[in-house]
Amino acid sequence: MLQVRIHGRGGQGVVSAAEMLSIAAFEEGRHAQAFPSFGSERTGAPVVAFCRIDDKEIRLREPIMEPDALIIQDPTLLHQVDCFAGLKPDGYILINTSRSFEALGLGGFVKGWHPERLCTVAATELAIKHVGRPVPNVPLLGGFAAVSGHIRLESVEKAIRAKFSGKVAEGNIAAAAQAYAIVRAEMMEALHHA
Amino acid sequence: MLKQCEGSHAVAEAVALCRPEVICAYPISPQTHIVEGLGEMVKSGELTDCEFINVESEFAAMSVAIGASAGGARAYTATASQGLLFMAEAVYNASGLGLPIVMTVANRAIGAPINIWNDHSDSLSQRDCGWIQLFAETNQEALDLHIQAFKLAEELSLPVMVCMDGFILTHAYERVDIPSQNQVDAFLPAYEPRQVLDPNEPVSIGAMVGPEAFMEVRYLAHAKQMQALERIPAHAAEFQRVFGRDSGGLIHTYCADGAETIVIAMGSVLGTIKDTVDEMRKPENGGHKIGVLGITCFRPFPIEAVAAALKQCKRFVVLEKSLAVGIGGIVATNVRMAATGMGLRGYTVVAGLGGRAITMKSLTALFDKAGRDELELLSFLDLDWKAVNKQLVREKQVRRSGPVAEAMLRDLGAVAARNY
Repeated sequence: MLQVRIHGRGGQGVVSAAEMLSIAAFEEGRHAQAFPSFGSERTGAPVVAFCRIDDKEIRLREPIMEPDALIIQDPTLLHQVDCFAGLKPDGYILINTSRSFEALGLGGFVKGWHPERLCTVAATELAIKHVGRPVPNVPLLGGFAAVSGHIRLESVEKAIRAKFSGKVAEGNIAAAAQAYAIVRAEMMEALHHA
Repeated sequence: MLKQCEGSHAVAEAVALCRPEVICAYPISPQTHIVEGLGEMVKSGELTDCEFINVESEFAAMSVAIGASAGGARAYTATASQGLLFMAEAVYNASGLGLPIVMTVANRAIGAPINIWNDHSDSLSQRDCGWIQLFAETNQEALDLHIQAFKLAEELSLPVMVCMDGFILTHAYERVDIPSQNQVDAFLPAYEPRQVLDPNEPVSIGAMVGPEAFMEVRYLAHAKQMQALERIPAHAAEFQRVFGRDSGGLIHTYCADGAETIVIAMGSVLGTIKDTVDEMRKPENGGHKIGVLGITCFRPFPIEAVAAALKQCKRFVVLEKSLAVGIGGIVATNVRMAATGMGLRGYTVVAGLGGRAITMKSLTALFDKAGRDELELLSFLDLDWKAVNKQLVREKQVRRSGPVAEAMLRDLGAVAARNY
């Protein structure tokens, strides 16, 4: 079972991201469970959502306390919330930022981990460019398809079409594809340097 | 058709497939997405011959449902928490009058302190209101139970409450199999009322009844619920024939054969319990002889079925998301009645109040303790005793100790609610 926790802020589509990730997994014939952690639902307040993916029925209903993977939609949360609580060593981390793990002060924390599992992508910029709105959730899912290797980009596209239509869907698909390509390149470079 | 969707959406689709004629809606979390979904379907024309009525309160929602049902319409509404309490007077009237309304309760705690998260306090506060109460374990079961609920309600002329865990189910995206209209039509016949307000054949419904007949009318309500104990398994069997799924029924057991300890619960927590039990049964984890009894039908309470399921065990643990302040468990009290004279050790565990997460880690420790008979008769899972005791001391020392909820939050240094 792959357990993913998504951290972001109210208004960034954190809950939708978990839902779309579950749809993408469903499209691949897998079982998936997405659910939010309802706390402060105000715009800008820290929000968490969860997604489990497995090949068999998922019965577990507890919040994800030991995730295999993290998507961090807002790097300013790193100073406010313990985003990394319970993350399994050598887990996957994708952060919405144009900065590096070292520049974010995370170099020590992830020292010795698989470098190709630690990626960043400036998802908000990609969303503004392709969709015209600063909502980073969908491009991050494209990036997550790359970094995790657990979901195909085509499945993410199907999930986007399940949630959006018309220009918004096309823009999000383009943003997800570009994020996928950026993260792939980053992983290749990390492997090259490793 | 298999679909990955939100639990609320699955329920809205199920209700629409049941061809409701009147839907009364008043929003309250975590139920709102269900009636929003139905409202969209009525507006788009996907759901036809249905009146969607926005009312001014939950009391009005149930009152309109009563009027619609008495007028011969298939009526549906949904609520939660304080909303259910606010409509309580009308809830009793619906069952007292024998009107087959179906209502979803998206289970949520009751204030004060105000809390939007899940537990079973709302539905269980209405356990004696005369409605049948069914509890769903998964979103698939929530969907299926609604289809069965309309059939059961109309056959017996009794209202049915379908209870599903707020947020945990209502807001969870998971895989559901949504049946076809043909399947639902084959299972659920058109509503044929026992009583109807018809200008061509005038009757009155809701007479005042004095001591000469009140007890008899009440007894008949009880007798009807007892009939449900036979109809519910029959409907589940018929449902399986039409839809090919085992859904509904009175109870479900899991790994119960040869189990010395049986854990009893209702709703979505059964999934976490089953995963815990699977782990504990493994030889490398001690090979615990532990099984599960899920109660799907809480009203009428299936006394015989519960007793039969407990026949071979040594002890039972009732894990419930409710607290009867001043005595302990609500479900446990009912289970103990079923287990009368069986010589079993029974433990009540109150868990998950107000959305407190129920984790495999805590359950494993709890069941391990239960297996060694080291559990107290009444316990509270993951209760923060330090915080509780601090407040108790404060109240002893200071007369003006102030409001309790605010003191707890201050001690915790909580700035925002969280549950992970």
